[in-house]
Formats: sequence, structure tokens, C-alpha cells
Amino acid sequence: MADAKTETAIPKPIPVTVLTGYLGAGKTTLLNRILSESHGKKYAVIVNEFGEIGIDNDLIVESDEEIYEMNNGCVCCTVRGDLIRVVEGLMRRPGRFDGIIVETTGLADPVPVAQTFFMDDDVRAKTELDAVVALVDAKHLPLRLKDSREAEDQIAFADVVVINKTDLVSPEELAVIEDVVRAINPAARVFKTSRSGVDLAHVLNQGAFNLERALENDPHFLDQGHDDHVCGPDCGHDHSHDHGHDHHHHDHDHHGHDHAHHDHAHHDSMSPIHDVTVKSISLRGGEMNPDRFFPWIQKITQTDGPKILRLKGIIAFKGDAERYVVQGVHMIIEGDHQRAWKDGEKRESRLVFIGRDLDHDKIEKSFIACQASETTPA
Amino acid sequence: MPTVAPLDLEGHVVAAHFLGDVPFFANASGTIHRLDGGEKVTEAHQGLLNCIRDPFSQTLLTGGEDGKVMRIAADGSTSLLAEVPRKWISVVACGPQNAVAWAQGKSSFVRTADGAVREFPEERTVEGIAFAGKGMRIAAARYNGVSLHWVGTNAPAVDLDWKGAHNGVTFSPDGRFLVTMMQENALHGWKLDGKAGENRHMRMTGYPAKVKSLSWSPKGKWLASSGAPAAIVWPFSSKDGPMGKAPQELGTRADIMVTQVAFHPAEEVLAIGFIDGMILGVRMADGKEALLRRPGKGAITGLGWSANGKLLAFASEAGDCGIVDISA
Repeated sequence: MADAKTETAIPKPIPVTVLTGYLGAGKTTLLNRILSESHGKKYAVIVNEFGEIGIDNDLIVESDEEIYEMNNGCVCCTVRGDLIRVVEGLMRRPGRFDGIIVETTGLADPVPVAQTFFMDDDVRAKTELDAVVALVDAKHLPLRLKDSREAEDQIAFADVVVINKTDLVSPEELAVIEDVVRAINPAARVFKTSRSGVDLAHVLNQGAFNLERALENDPHFLDQGHDDHVCGPDCGHDHSHDHGHDHHHHDHDHHGHDHAHHDHAHHDSMSPIHDVTVKSISLRGGEMNPDRFFPWIQKITQTDGPKILRLKGIIAFKGDAERYVVQGVHMIIEGDHQRAWKDGEKRESRLVFIGRDLDHDKIEKSFIACQASETTPA
Repeated sequence: MPTVAPLDLEGHVVAAHFLGDVPFFANASGTIHRLDGGEKVTEAHQGLLNCIRDPFSQTLLTGGEDGKVMRIAADGSTSLLAEVPRKWISVVACGPQNAVAWAQGKSSFVRTADGAVREFPEERTVEGIAFAGKGMRIAAARYNGVSLHWVGTNAPAVDLDWKGAHNGVTFSPDGRFLVTMMQENALHGWKLDGKAGENRHMRMTGYPAKVKSLSWSPKGKWLASSGAPAAIVWPFSSKDGPMGKAPQELGTRADIMVTQVAFHPAEEVLAIGFIDGMILGVRMADGKEALLRRPGKGAITGLGWSANGKLLAFASEAGDCGIVDISA
């Protein structure tokens, strides 16, 4: 009860969940669950088409996707014009709902949706992007990766990936799908389910873009892992890191690599990992010199921004008692102190870039060069 | 000192207008409140998005979350002009001869007095519509510019192009200029009567925030705008409009943003509403300021003068509305 009182006393921005996923991945089923299950919260839902949401709810708003490029010379600075309008309307009567869910079309690029919540001042003042959730159809992901970039982008950009329809694939096939998802996005939390039956607590109210919470519950990012993620039994915490590297080498040895190297037994017919064009770069370093780190991250997001889908990191600055967290979307970057380093916690800086055509060696070297002491390479 | 008669409503109030001597307040919930020998309430919408005053017919025009376009008469009676199930109608416009227009997705629709409806499709979403003062012509603001359509003919649209998203549009009272509000913090203008080959563009930039409110002075010499911690007022009296000229800044406050502007119906006096609820009246001639209302609970969302210019109705996002009597 004490919490409830505090919440009403301080007006908080309304959390926004972005739901992406290819046609048939189970978004509508998940939306129906969010709208009909009794979890004590009410959601306004912005959809492109009412489609099969069989629920009568005046907080479902149909909106035509309208992408605007901002006139600032940056090609990746895009926003969803229709969302600006609808969110402004919704926020005039905020008492009606506890959160907003934006459902994107199967082929939609999630980036303009997310950037709307950073780039439009009015939207930003009243709402807060909570998480980007990607639904993946376990059965059809290999095919999707083969014929489109969108499916890959949606996974790469997500904070939470829900692998759905697991009942339609064998455990071996599922293991491959998981590997692919983690190869594309080692920073996301991954859940497996069928019939969109994922626990809604894993989807809603994640605070993934909230700098104070973003990295707290990210088992692949922190040493003190949680057990609720769904890696295989042999999954160590370097799992994602290894995959990032595998994939990296894969890209660079494009012409000469050995197919067998990547084939997990039984899957000669489908090697979806070969269709992945997004790669991630996981960096580790010691304590950083802020006078080197800030100009570096500014520069890299300016020059490589169009290629960076997401970046997330925890930075240890020399002489700073608090952890510094950063995250970015293309050229937009935010950072702030999060909390004090705990006793015994290793003062280490970590940064993950997810994107395309990123120069791993250059980024890693220049990152390491930002260390306060350069004697401890990662 | 002007006197203020408060009217406290529940929730966000979208607009305040006078019809004759009666002030009207449009609530985002969909109710229209009027002070006509006591407060009277009309249920117009399930969720109201926009409410404008029709200068041609002494009525209000509203659009809502219920997909309805309604006309509200001075006695509070409502008539349904259009209904688009499940679409939000946030853009409405009033024209001569009782014509109205609204936007739905990538089209403008114009309904003439005989009830006939014409559709004017665009390639992108229509974000704003304005009728020209003379002749049955509309301007539809959309991504990368404005399209001008004659309502009564099948002539192709005239496209006025300027890169970027245009969220609202207005003709100058004399019809010589067209100005849009942009997603970027800027206005863009076109000189409509220019000769071929002449530069028709007017860039009006430098705003720290998005411009959401525009008002022409009674004879069209000035265009006032929100989007800064002062009202930014552009000179439009010369042949080339504000090109090469600096705007006036009226009612400057340190870092308190202007959210609404409304010129007096007869004098060159501007009412300026701020984000903290304060309202100033400023005379163009000498910049002299008068405090019309002290700061309130929320941003000013609407300002409307009575026809004789003695009363100013104001709406607030926190519901603390009222009427300023400047003759007192």
C-alpha cells in the first residue's frame, strides 16, 4: 500500500511497450491475453489494424503507420508521425490506462517506433519507452531470416525475445533457433513458449530503457546471473560472447568458411545462422577515463550511428563510486549514473553493440584505448 | 486589473471559444460546457480530439476518438456531419458556405452544405487542413509539403513542396501566404502570389519547441506563434512577408514556454497563454504588457475572444478554465 501511495503522489511517465514480430508470430494472441487476463492493469493499444483482436475495448486505437525522416541531416533519425498524434491524444486522459502497447505490422522496422519516444519532446515528456518485445515463430524463423531483413532487425532491436510456437518444433530445432536469436542479440532476455503463453511479467513493465533498471535484470550482461533465462543446460555466461565472436569470424571469412563448423547435428537442411547479417560486438575493459570515453562514444555513434541498432553498457570510471550506464539507438545515446558499485563487485566496463557492418577490431581497440590504465587489455 | 471568472472542469480541456456572448469549453472526455445563464453541458463525443470555431457560421466543429465530426450550435445542439467507425478524427476545418473538412488517414474529405462529400487523397497522412478565405479551396498539410485542391473542380492538385513533416496549415487572411507548422521546431511559408521563378519559400526557424498555436492579426499584418518562451510574431504586411525580417518577441519570460496565442478580433493586441497557466495581453504597437491571469494548475490549451473583444475565454490542460473580462 505504501508503494501505491508513492506512485499516485509522483506522476510517473506512462510506460510504453513496443510489440514486434512477423505475421503469424502470435502478436494478436499475446495482445488478447494482455487485454483479457486479470492482472489489475489497463492498457491502451495502438494497432495498425483491429484485425482479429476480438475484444471490445475503446482503448484500442487504429493508426496508420507513418514514418517521418527528421530534417537534421541524419538518415536514421526517423519517427512515427501517427504515434506522436495518437499518444498526444491518449495522454490528455491518462487516468484511463496504466500503460500503452504499440503493435507494429509484421514487416515494420521497430526503430522509428522506439525513436519517437526519444526524439519528440511532447511524447518524451509524458511517456517512457519500457521495452521492445519481439515475438519469434520458432517454426518459421529460418525461412523469415532467409527472405527478409525485418525479422532479423526485430530480434536485433528487442529487449525481450519470446520464441513462440515451440510445440511445433523438435528440441534440436529449438536449440538452433535459440542459438540464432542469441547470435543476433546477446543482450536480450529470451523466453520460450507456445501459444503466446509467456508470463506477462516478462513482457510488461521491464524498464529496459530505464537507465536505472536497464541492466539489472540482464543475465547475459552481468556476472550475477539470474536463473530465469532459457539458455540450454550447458550455457555459461560467456555463451553470448562466444556467439558474437563466432559470428564475427563467420562474416569475415565469408568465402572460405567451413559449413560443418556451424552445423549443429541434424540440421544440414537449415542453417539459419548463415542468413544472419546483424552481428554483435561484446566489449570488456577495465576502469575508463571519462575524458577519453565520452568523446569516443560520441564519435562512434555519430560516424557509425546508422549501422548501430542498439548499444548497451555499464561503464566503470576511475575514481567514480557509481556505475555509469549507457544505451543507444542509432545516433541517440543516453547515459547516467545508476547506483554505487557494491563491495566486492568487479569494477569492469562492458559494452555491447548490435548492428551491421561494424568494424569489430577498430571498435574494440578504440574502446580499450579509453581505459584509465591501458595495461589490462580485455 | 482585468477580472477573472473561473470555471473548474474535470480533466484536460482542449479549447475555449465564444459563440456570440456565450463561452464554450471543449473537454477531452467529449463534453462541451457553455456558460449560458449557468453551466450547461452537451455530450458531443466519446473522447474529443479537436474543437474549432467556424468563423463563417457561428458554430463549433469538433472531431473525436469516436470517429465523429460534429457541429455544435450556439444553443448547444449537435448535428452529426460524418462518422468514420474506429478512426480518430483529430483534424477538422471550417470553410465558406457551411463547408467542412476532416482528415482520415491519407485523405482529406470535404462536405459541402448540400451534404455531398468529396475525397482528396494524398500519398501521405493528412496532418492539417485549411480552407482559403475566398473560393472553395483547401490546403492539406502532409509529409514533404502541402497540396492545394479546388473543391468544386477536378483540376489536379497544386503541390507546394518542402522537405519534412507538416503538421498544420493556415492561409493568411488575404490569401497571399500559406504557412505550415512542422515536426521540426519551425514554420514554413509559401508566397502564393509570387511570379514564376521567384523564390516563394519562407523559412521561419529558431524555435526551441514545436509550434502548436498560430494566430493572424485582424488585418493579417502579423502572424503570432507559440513554441518559445515569448510569442514569436512575424511581419506579413510587406509584399514578401517576413522574408529577411526578424520577428518580434512579445511577453518574454525566462524559460516559461508559450503554448497558445490569440489576436484580439479588432485591435492589434495579442493574448498569450503560457505552459504554467499565466496569460498576458500585449499590445503590438509598443509591446506594453498586461497580466490577464496569474499562473494556474496547467498549461493554457485554448484562448478565444468574444466578438466585441471584451471577454477572453481560456482552457487549461488541468481543467482550470475561465473568462477574463478586460473591460473591468
